[in-house]
Amino acid sequence: MSPENYLYLAALLFTLGACGVLLRRNAIVVFMSIELMLNAANLALVAFSRMHGNLDGQIMAFFVMVVAAAEVVVGLAIIVMVYRARHSASVDDASLMKL
Amino acid sequence: MNPGELQAPDIEWAALSPSLIVFGAAIIGVLIEAFAPRRSRYPAEVFVGIAGLAGAFAAVVALAAGGHATTEAQVAGMGSLAVDGPALFLQGLIVLVGLVSVFLFAERRLEPALHGQAVDSFAAQPAAVPGGKAEAAAERAGHTTTEIFPLLLFAIGGMLLFPMANDLLVLFIALEVLSLPLYLLCALARRKRLLSQEAALKYFLLGAFASAFLLFGIAMLYGYAGTVSYAGIADVVSGEPAAVDAGLASTMGNDALLLIGGAMVTMGLLFKVGAVPFHMWTPDVYQGAPTPVTGFMAAATKVAAFGALLRLLYVVLPGLRWDWEPVLWGVAIASMVAGAVVAITQTDVKRLLAYSSIAHAGFILSGVVAVSEDGVSSVLFYLSAYSFVTLGAFAVVTLVRDGDGEATHLSKWAGLGRRSPLLAAVFALFLLAFAGIPLTSGFAGKFAVFRAAADAGAMGLVIVGVLASAIAAFFYVRVIVLMFFSEPKADGPSVVIPSPLTMSVVGLAAAVTVVLGIAPQFFLDLASDAGVFVR
Repeated sequence: MSPENYLYLAALLFTLGACGVLLRRNAIVVFMSIELMLNAANLALVAFSRMHGNLDGQIMAFFVMVVAAAEVVVGLAIIVMVYRARHSASVDDASLMKL
Repeated sequence: MNPGELQAPDIEWAALSPSLIVFGAAIIGVLIEAFAPRRSRYPAEVFVGIAGLAGAFAAVVALAAGGHATTEAQVAGMGSLAVDGPALFLQGLIVLVGLVSVFLFAERRLEPALHGQAVDSFAAQPAAVPGGKAEAAAERAGHTTTEIFPLLLFAIGGMLLFPMANDLLVLFIALEVLSLPLYLLCALARRKRLLSQEAALKYFLLGAFASAFLLFGIAMLYGYAGTVSYAGIADVVSGEPAAVDAGLASTMGNDALLLIGGAMVTMGLLFKVGAVPFHMWTPDVYQGAPTPVTGFMAAATKVAAFGALLRLLYVVLPGLRWDWEPVLWGVAIASMVAGAVVAITQTDVKRLLAYSSIAHAGFILSGVVAVSEDGVSSVLFYLSAYSFVTLGAFAVVTLVRDGDGEATHLSKWAGLGRRSPLLAAVFALFLLAFAGIPLTSGFAGKFAVFRAAADAGAMGLVIVGVLASAIAAFFYVRVIVLMFFSEPKADGPSVVIPSPLTMSVVGLAAAVTVVLGIAPQFFLDLASDAGVFVR
């Protein structure tokens, strides 16, 4: 199978993730959609790495995984803190500052 | 070389010393949190922060004095980091802003003493539910969040790497290293904690969304050029790659990859800069975050992000200039106009400053669009003028208080000039600098970027910029009129007398504003010496 198909899959996953961020209302689901976008980028990096025959893309994918893990730590801390204060993780409820 | 044998990388430690010192100080800060007794953490953290940043500034000055900004500019760390004029200039600026921010973070005389103990503007225990039992217990026990100092240092470390990133991997890592601590810092306000948590949630979700776009753009650029190094990509963009293999031959003709990748990476950086249409987060985050954090973030993030944006556009994508220039024209015009017009309707001082920062992002972008050495140096100068004014303005906001903490609603500032003329005069100075009135640093900065843009033939941009400045001047002057020419309210806020920490921040910001306004030549020369990127 040619590596190009993986790129189409990566683009599809990235689009799905972006739609999830824009359409879903629960902060956890929004966050999961962002993780999906990061992993789509990983898939694209690895596919390109295979096409070019060098390892830069795969090394990059490792770094992205580490960063994504760090982001989970920070993100879940913030979401859990907000949930404990409001008993809701809906991003629509976070609207104290609307004009 | 045997295939299994690893070659040790060759790293120029001295050239990278500013960021290494800051990261070292941050790690010492974490160790202090882990091992020092609670009582001694605050003095130890403040000392480590100030010493680390002062050391980093000395390292930047030593590197610049050693010619690393001009003749000795080099690419370090196996090609992944650039030590050159713009990088060193912005690093010096970020370290100074960070040093002053440590003072703001360490201020403990603004809040009334709690259970006999002086407290800062950060939550006693951020994990506790606002208004709950755990919070009250933490306050009674005298807990304070001294973790803010290591978080601040990590953010500064990321910001130091950001403008010197010379490949896409470092760009992404530096972006996350500077962003993640900022998301947390936003959530830590002592007063109005729900607002603060909401700001952190919005900043985090939108910031992570933007960095996912940046990352996908990086993947596209890597796919196009087969390398993540800036120099390598620039060679492929200009059609002269060092070596063409089968993979590169199949992708380097694919302009879609290059255009989509370049656009997505630029978008991620414009989000950090806070330019329209990627500005939605700015007002809410600036308003909700603890004011010292807002001041630091507004000043330093913008400096770092513009550094990274300049290097990306000038080093990697100069071959695409005719594609990105019109887009940035549009972004600059939209930022200037939207920032200035929407700011008129604001009633909260912090939101007002947030919209003003959006307009300023537009002004700075008009220097970026110039694509010349003058453009780079005018942006560097504007950033140094703008960052100190911003920091000073937010420092003043921390001082105007009533029973609920900071009194940020504009109506409460009425008549402030009669009650505390000195403070109101200093704030008026900052507002005039934002507006770009002559004899303040804002005028010199605006003049520099507009001249660079006009020299590059962007007259339309300059005209819009001047008109937007006029609109912006209207609301800055309105605040000044409100402070000096209206009657103070009986239940109005009072101005707290701070410790020398905040006083020195306000004093330094005012001094920089005046000096850069009256005698800008020395600093303009410094910026123009630093205006060349190493390739």
